[in-house]
Amino acid sequence: MIGIVSYGSYIPKFRIKVEEIARVWGEDAKKIKGGLGVHEKSVPDVDEDTATIGVEAAREAVKRAGIDPEEIGAVFVGSESHPYAVKPTATIVGEALGVGNDYYAADLEFACKAGTAGMQICFSMVKAGMIKYGLAIGADTSQARPGDALEYAAAAGGAAFIIGKDPIAEIEATYSFTSDTPDFWRRDLQPYPSHGGRFTGQPAYFRHVISAARGLMERYSYKTEDFDYAVFHMPNAKFPVRAARMLGFSDEHIGQGLVVRAIGNAYSGSSLLGLAATLDVAEPDERVLLVSFGSGAGSDAFALRVTDKIKEFEREPKVWDKIERKVYVDYAIYLKHRRKIKA
Amino acid sequence: MVPRSWRKIRYRYDVRGSYCENCGNYHYPPRNFCPTCRRKGKLVETLFPEEGRVVSYTVVREKEPYIIALIELDNGARVLSQLSCEPGEVKIGMRVKKAFRRYGEDGEDGIIHYGTKFVPVD
Ligand SMILES: [Zn+2]
Repeated sequence: MIGIVSYGSYIPKFRIKVEEIARVWGEDAKKIKGGLGVHEKSVPDVDEDTATIGVEAAREAVKRAGIDPEEIGAVFVGSESHPYAVKPTATIVGEALGVGNDYYAADLEFACKAGTAGMQICFSMVKAGMIKYGLAIGADTSQARPGDALEYAAAAGGAAFIIGKDPIAEIEATYSFTSDTPDFWRRDLQPYPSHGGRFTGQPAYFRHVISAARGLMERYSYKTEDFDYAVFHMPNAKFPVRAARMLGFSDEHIGQGLVVRAIGNAYSGSSLLGLAATLDVAEPDERVLLVSFGSGAGSDAFALRVTDKIKEFEREPKVWDKIERKVYVDYAIYLKHRRKIKA
Repeated sequence: MVPRSWRKIRYRYDVRGSYCENCGNYHYPPRNFCPTCRRKGKLVETLFPEEGRVVSYTVVREKEPYIIALIELDNGARVLSQLSCEPGEVKIGMRVKKAFRRYGEDGEDGIIHYGTKFVPVD
């Protein structure tokens, strides 16, 4: 039985409210909150980035697993905000954890689904007997052009999953749906991404998320009723709620993982933070459907079954506890933290 | 610049110090010679505790003020480290925990330096 042996998460403590961003741009905060379903978003500290978030999330995962870091045989970091254009984040994480030098490593990039791609690779490597444990991280400090609609939700955070045998949540099956869809992109040397506006919904998010979920269910004979929880990528709070309904899930299935309302969209960290929040409360034998989405475009779907091992597993502090520990900043401090202006 | 910072990475990325099995003293940064036992010392590298308390501190008033604190870890070892919080938040005796943060960068096209800082325990 192979699956998630441990997990950890990290959310920077600073938040900015939608009202504060709307105030600066002279927009209607109520309308924006209604449209996105997001009230506030996380903001990294001046000395935080994808590498530091990845290390913090991974340290929590290693501590909870109670394993020797040298037993980790692979480190994959999925992000669209790697600190360097060329020079891996995975080696910084590996060194900070004390993994040694005996490990497979790579940075992955597939917009917001690079973290789940890392989980699939670790799962395969464990299954093939190449490694004992693999570490997959999804983390981002996502950037949006000041004044762009994306600015209201682009947030920071990450989660780390250790994949191995004797798991707290078995990966029963995984399936991906992929196509060449230019809904969102960022060219080399450009500081901010561009997107296809309304084009991002139907042909991008919904097509891939729904196709991946249905593909997984068809190929591995699951029905909606087989799942106790569902977690989808959360670019805003509207899309995952609609996707859930399209698949026949109720709000109770997705509420626990819907962290986007309170922290925004942490890109590669988004669906994985939702999964971590869900594993925080899941009971043995409950089943979780996880579907990520990455622009460009693709979705990775997973059927996860929680095992008895979760009963002895340390789940404190929970993701929602971390969400509640917050310090509000105004737009000027936010800009400084996001390094949009030079000191 | 790169090779010198690279050699220190192991001790910066985490709080790894030395422990003398002969006299029971901890040192950070790690030593390869025990100042107490001299030739009788038996030093081993060890990972220090994650938490401690602020013994004293100073606010360095540069372009952006930052805090340097003397921290006593829960094994009794003392480390000098940057404290990542607002200058108004610091108090002698406050509990702090290690955090992996950016130290700085060698300009826009240079190396990014990472390492251990401390943050208040929430
Ligand atoms: Zn000694």
